[in-house]
Amino acid sequence: MNNQRRNVLKAGSGAALMGMLAAAGIITPGMALAEWNKAAFDAKSMADTLKALGAEGPADSKDVQVTGPDIAENGAVVPVGVGTTLPNVTMVAILIEKNPNALAAAFTLPAGTQPNVQTRVKMGQTSNVYALVKSDGKFFMATKEIKVTLGGCGG
Amino acid sequence: MRNRTAQFVMAAGMIALNVTTWSPSALADAATDEIAKYREMLADGNPSELVAAQGEELWKVKRGTKNATLEQCDLGLGPGVIKGAAAQLPRYFKDTGRVQDLETRLMTCMETLQGIDTKELNKTKWGKGEMEKMEALVAYIVTESNGHKINVDMRPAQMKKMYELGKMAFFYRGGAMDFSCATCHGQPDKRIRLQDLPDLREHKGAAAGWGSWPAYRVSNGQFWTMQHRLNDCYRQQRFPEPIYGSDVTIALSVYLAANGNGGPVLTPGLKR
Amino acid sequence: MGNPMKIRAANKDGVTEVKALISHDMETGQRKDSNGAVIPAHFIIELVAKHNDKVVLSSEFGTAISKNPYLAFKFNGGAKGDKISLSWKDNKGDTRTDEATIS
Repeated sequence: MNNQRRNVLKAGSGAALMGMLAAAGIITPGMALAEWNKAAFDAKSMADTLKALGAEGPADSKDVQVTGPDIAENGAVVPVGVGTTLPNVTMVAILIEKNPNALAAAFTLPAGTQPNVQTRVKMGQTSNVYALVKSDGKFFMATKEIKVTLGGCGG
Repeated sequence: MRNRTAQFVMAAGMIALNVTTWSPSALADAATDEIAKYREMLADGNPSELVAAQGEELWKVKRGTKNATLEQCDLGLGPGVIKGAAAQLPRYFKDTGRVQDLETRLMTCMETLQGIDTKELNKTKWGKGEMEKMEALVAYIVTESNGHKINVDMRPAQMKKMYELGKMAFFYRGGAMDFSCATCHGQPDKRIRLQDLPDLREHKGAAAGWGSWPAYRVSNGQFWTMQHRLNDCYRQQRFPEPIYGSDVTIALSVYLAANGNGGPVLTPGLKR
Repeated sequence: MGNPMKIRAANKDGVTEVKALISHDMETGQRKDSNGAVIPAHFIIELVAKHNDKVVLSSEFGTAISKNPYLAFKFNGGAKGDKISLSWKDNKGDTRTDEATIS
């Protein structure tokens, strides 16, 4: 089902087809915006994840911030946020280098939504956490190391 | 021989550490500060809110053979009064002739108002079935005491008796490792890994400990009631776990609450 | 499906801040139960936030989002009494929508 939908979207004959699908109840209008990027979430390494996101070779930027603690008492719940002062941000993502799958979350921001999102992630071990930002169609990245005193995968 | 070499290397390492300003304890203190920041970041949006929301619903749901709600349950401040009630528990209740903590008082209400057989709770695992419902109710009720002060009424003779029993239990050594509660919580500035262990004999430690449980535990994503917390202490001591709502756990609660009397109630807590 | 979310939305100086706690196990598929059997992955994959009928955030989650997910974000606009809704969909196709009003 998911694959099918992706193929339809890839075929990309545009708004008319989307409208038809929505009318047929196959997709709801709200959900159509967030199309789960299976390839990106299944990717293991940072490089493969960035490739799947279409964000190869992002530039390091001082205007992107990863917020989070220096040390997390428990890897099961690590507060992490992404913020940036860059203009026209349409997407932000959180990547954790040493997790089994690097991509934790990706957010699509319509105009008017501020490029500042906070959430909580699981970390299997101490790792660099990356914030990826798409601004004016280009990708930028920043990183912060978060130490974990107790891994988050054992429960 | 190999051991001796290892010892020498370790000793040299310690000296090196002491030469710089980073003594091992300073390192540990810096880590503790960072962990305090981590906890602060989590304080807004404690997932126990989700559990408490379920408890609030459950409080108003007709259940049991009497098909009644808990809305007339008297937690010590009169029927249906929840605000601040948990801050004053455990308490001596004349109607049951017992000192009761929040959970055993809720059991009384379930039995008398709703006709629910609470013996089932003893056979139920934490987080399952009736026990999950109990946890939700506890989360709801203790949330309504957040910001209050610990205020247990120690005037009744029954409370004084329970305090003495709790104190005895606190220092009672046993189990496969000959542990007591006091082994871990009976001296100042004790730490296991990066966890500060409150000294529960004193006001400060008891207020910090008692005042921040029940709590949501991030390590397993579970909401733990006080009974669960105490039973797990017994499990860690390799004692047999007390049956649910047993007097020994109520006595320990009275000991902790009385030692912490006047301290802030910050429930539900958010714990590792 | 699932338990209710807790959504708080507050407007200050023309900016609305939304904070949400979502009840979900977020099973990674990498844990085993006490019998050694793998606990199947069960996690939210999509989460859409709307202000009245306009999408203000659209999220994709992986298994690394913590159990009982937390999300906070801000958007320009919104007024007291306006509706904020959050809808999630998980990898098993379950969905849930909850609403709150901006305070």
